[in-house]
Amino acid sequence: MKKSIRWKATFLVLATVVAAYYVFPTISRQSSLPSLLPPLLPRAERLNLGLDLQGGMHLVLEVETGKAVENTLDRMVAELKREAEKRKVAIERIVREGNDRIRVKLQAKEGLEEMRRVLKDYAQLQQSIGADQTDLTLTLSTREAKRIEDLAVRQSLETIRNRVDQFGVAEPHIVQEGDRRIIVQLPGIKEPQRAINLIGKTAILEFKLVDEEGNLAEAIAGKVPEGDVVLYQRAAEGKAGTGKIPLLLKKASILTGDLLTSAQVQIDNQTNEPVVSMEFDREGARLFGDATAANVGRRLAIVLDDTVYSAPVIREKIPGGKAQISGRFTMEDARDLAIVLRAGALPAPVNIISNLTVGPSLGQDSIDAGVRATILGGALVILFMAIYYKVSGVIADFALLLNLVWLMGALAGLRATLTLPGIAGIILGIGMAVDSNVLILERIREELRLGKTVRSAIDGGYDKAFLTIIDSHVTTLITALALFLFGTGPVKGFAITLSLGVLFNLVTALTGTRVIYNWMTQRWDLKTLSI
Amino acid sequence: MIEILSKTKIDFIGWRRTAFAVSALISLVGVLSIIQIARGAANLGIDFAGGTSVQLKFQRPIDLGQVRALLAENGLKDSDPQQFAGGDRIMVRLKRVEGSQAGMAQRVQEIFSKEMAGNPFVVEGTNEVGPAIGKDLQRAALWAITISLIGIIVYIAWRFEFKFGVAAALATFHDVLAVMGLFYVLNKEFTLLIVTALLTLAGYSLTDTVVVFDRIRENLRGRRRDSLADVINQSINEVLSRTVVTSLTVLLVLIALYFLGGEVLHDFSLALIAGVCIGTYSSWFVASPIVYEWRMWERAKVKTPVKVKAKG
Repeated sequence: MKKSIRWKATFLVLATVVAAYYVFPTISRQSSLPSLLPPLLPRAERLNLGLDLQGGMHLVLEVETGKAVENTLDRMVAELKREAEKRKVAIERIVREGNDRIRVKLQAKEGLEEMRRVLKDYAQLQQSIGADQTDLTLTLSTREAKRIEDLAVRQSLETIRNRVDQFGVAEPHIVQEGDRRIIVQLPGIKEPQRAINLIGKTAILEFKLVDEEGNLAEAIAGKVPEGDVVLYQRAAEGKAGTGKIPLLLKKASILTGDLLTSAQVQIDNQTNEPVVSMEFDREGARLFGDATAANVGRRLAIVLDDTVYSAPVIREKIPGGKAQISGRFTMEDARDLAIVLRAGALPAPVNIISNLTVGPSLGQDSIDAGVRATILGGALVILFMAIYYKVSGVIADFALLLNLVWLMGALAGLRATLTLPGIAGIILGIGMAVDSNVLILERIREELRLGKTVRSAIDGGYDKAFLTIIDSHVTTLITALALFLFGTGPVKGFAITLSLGVLFNLVTALTGTRVIYNWMTQRWDLKTLSI
Repeated sequence: MIEILSKTKIDFIGWRRTAFAVSALISLVGVLSIIQIARGAANLGIDFAGGTSVQLKFQRPIDLGQVRALLAENGLKDSDPQQFAGGDRIMVRLKRVEGSQAGMAQRVQEIFSKEMAGNPFVVEGTNEVGPAIGKDLQRAALWAITISLIGIIVYIAWRFEFKFGVAAALATFHDVLAVMGLFYVLNKEFTLLIVTALLTLAGYSLTDTVVVFDRIRENLRGRRRDSLADVINQSINEVLSRTVVTSLTVLLVLIALYFLGGEVLHDFSLALIAGVCIGTYSSWFVASPIVYEWRMWERAKVKTPVKVKAKG
């Protein structure tokens, strides 16, 4: 055998063996095989299936970054108030205005100097002073606002990842997309609604004192006293109607959830119901202890996302920094709440702008349908080629099969995700592969008709068809590239399988079949060709 | 050798006037469909238009009329439910409503579990898409189509001549319009998958056109004495058998997909089947005549002896 044939044949066989090795886990019981050549080659693992084939959930979340900026400003307002009080600056009012500025109204212009000293620590706020020297407008620079927004998105990403980790989904996929979007993909998830609740919950935990002196009825009607807020508590079940109980609370929180160190589910031994018990860090414990000591006899409301869960009476100072939320939870509710408290609050609310959920049965149906179609289509094509082109047709079929094995091996090895359109791409690839072979075979036929010898007809066929094959493959690759760049998940899958199929086809159609012909003409002195 | 269609002598160029008329008509329908899409009056899938779709599989076959009435009662009368083969699967689609999309799928499920308690169901899939995502997808699809077409023109123009590049692009665009028009007329849903099919058939149609052009170029180099029309006709006739065989094999595969591939791929394979047929037609009756007419027009302008420009 000529040397070049041997080299080419060896390469082809080797490539096929490697590809088959990578395909093996997908079709056998084993879910993975060790790498053939560590650390160069990755291990062989089962083929990654897209959501449309294995079921699962694909969420697109949008972070309300505007709110994050507002929250930051609110925090600054609270801090400025505290600082001003500490330094005895007489403040009439400090409020957030709109979503990018704070207005400070001093009682007297003497306080201005001291206030400016306080503001030295707030370089990100641009100051402008009103005409009468008691009005300060502090504006957040756009760059700072952008920084806060970006940070909010990154924090949301981390928090959501944290929550999903604790939820326990196999291979979740959570990434940021663009400025403020987060993609969450949960393959194979069984309880999509629970996951949504878990992910979307802002989870801002606050402890607020109940304002016993204020007039609740008036507040509900609309006249809320300054520094207070009306929030609602979920009504107990069993009572007639499931209305909500309003409570008048002091707006400023004693304590917030970011000071938690742990949250666990426990069974209350009196009510036998699940509760979530929390533990605060040193700062939190101190604040909690001080607040409870100063307010014995008053009620302390535990508020989560502006809903009051419970408002027990403070019986005594609580120094240990431990508290409990109860609220007629199911075990699952309690567990999820604990997860959310542990992972932390989202810095800004998150909206679900797209939710694709595929049930597992639909996925399996799709796989079955796809496989059936591939097998039938493939069989028809192979049969046709064998009948129409006889032995040459069989050679071409062999190239097709090689192409398929390489393609599946590449998908498995590259950890590409196979989607339903991806299967369509494979099927289409088969069609295009046939095209290349047909081009070559038709050319060979023409050459034979012109009376050339078998050897030169084959050579002529390949040579003349070569450029045409290149042209058609490049144009297909261009469209596949466009699809890959602009398509979403499933469409990307299609682009990948089509591109790989087309690329491998260049090798199998041009080299793979050529090697066989070369070997045939070398071995035997063919006078006619079965084509 | 078994041969299909060898030694044919069809006068493709001779048919060009009829072909142009037919193609113009087809393109017009296609343009109409684009206008309707832009106006939002065409059947856009929810991944483009936003909205909710819920697919349920019931234990026992269910009556579509009953489903429609039930949805109408609950304020969802524009839902246009569809029933799949077997009678036990229903897909409910709701157009985008103002406000949040979240929870619509849940609501639909609740309606069914309440009113049809005797026939339990399994949720096969839901899709809730807000308007922002839909717009993004429309933009992405348009970009993909545009970049594809430009890339193709550039490549073909480089490999052959500018005329060929434009002719190929026009033929391809015509094919895309044809299938879009078909889908509009049949009131089939335009989803992202269909856009994928359109781009695929563009690639396929182009391949076909390239094969014909390749032969024309080769023959132009060789047969300087024949008229342009003869050269083109001859070229197409020569590649006829290859084209038919290729189209046949691809169609075999697509037909398998159409019948066995499941609902999701049903419309997709239909688009491709139509695309393959039109793609073949356009290589013969759109792309080649355009090259012919263009060259004749150029010659008439210049009035110099035929300059056969062959690049390769």
